[in-house]
Amino acid sequence: MTIDFDHFTPLMSLVGGIMIGAAALILMACSGRVMGISGILSGLTQKHQNRSEIPWRLAFVVGTILGPFLVMMVTGQGIEIRPSAHGPLLMLGGLIVGLGTAIGSGCTSGHGICGLARFSTRSLAAVMMFMATAIITVALIRHVL
Amino acid sequence: MIIIAVVSGVIFGAGLAISGMLDPSKVSGFLDLFGVWDPSLAFVMGGGVIVNGIGFLLIKNRAKPLFATDFKLPTSKVIDKPLLIGSALFGIGWGISGLCPGPAVASAFLNPADGIGFMVFMMAGLVLGRVIKRRMA
Repeated sequence: MTIDFDHFTPLMSLVGGIMIGAAALILMACSGRVMGISGILSGLTQKHQNRSEIPWRLAFVVGTILGPFLVMMVTGQGIEIRPSAHGPLLMLGGLIVGLGTAIGSGCTSGHGICGLARFSTRSLAAVMMFMATAIITVALIRHVL
Repeated sequence: MIIIAVVSGVIFGAGLAISGMLDPSKVSGFLDLFGVWDPSLAFVMGGGVIVNGIGFLLIKNRAKPLFATDFKLPTSKVIDKPLLIGSALFGIGWGISGLCPGPAVASAFLNPADGIGFMVFMMAGLVLGRVIKRRMA
C-alpha cells in the first residue's frame, strides 16, 4: 500500500465530516428523525407512507441539493467532480446502490454516520460489510479487470 | 420541522461538498486500499461519527425532540440476511460508481450528465429493493 499524498485532504475532509455529523445531530435533536438518505428517498416513493412524513423529507432533499451551490457561492470555486464510471456501468451502479440500501435498510449516512454514533451493532455489521465489498470491487476494477 | 430539515439538508450537502465525498474518483481513491490509497474520507466518517455520537449521548435521555412529538429510531436489533446481503450489494454499487445516496442527490444538478441517470436508476433500485426485502422477510 502507498499513501496518495497528492490528493490527501485530511483537514477539509474532517471539517466536512463534522458538518455532516452536525446536520445529523440537528435533525435528531430537533425533529427526532434519523438522517439516513436512502431511507428519506425511499420514504418519498412509498404510496402508503404516513403523509405527514413527506414534507420534511422533501425539504431535506432540497437542502442537500442547495448545500453544494452555497459552498460554491461562498468560496467562489467549483466543486471537483471526476466521475469514475459513465453510461451503462454508472446506471448499473445506481441500480445496485438503490437495491442494496433498500434491502440493507441504510447507507453511509444512516448506518455510517447515525447508526455507528448510536452504537448500533446492526449498523456496525452493515458498515463492515459495505466497506469490505466496496474495497473488493474497486480492487477488482482497478487491479484485476 | 420543515425549516429544520432544510437547514440540516444544507449543512449536510455543504459538508459533503467540502469533504470531497462528491468526487467519485476521490471515493475510489479512498476505497483503493490495494493501490495508491487516499485515506482522506476516513476523516469524514470519523468527524461525523464523533460529533453525532457525543451529541446523541447528550440528547438520548430526553423525552422528546425540541420541535416534534417523538424520536423515531430503528427498533430492530437482529443482524439478519437482508441487512448483510443488502449492505454487500450497496458496497458493490458504491465501488463501481463512487457514489452513495447522499452525494448522488447533492451532485445530481452539479453534474447532471451523469448524475440524473444515476439518480433515476438508484430510485428504481430503492423501489424494487423494498419489494425484494418484503419477500425475504
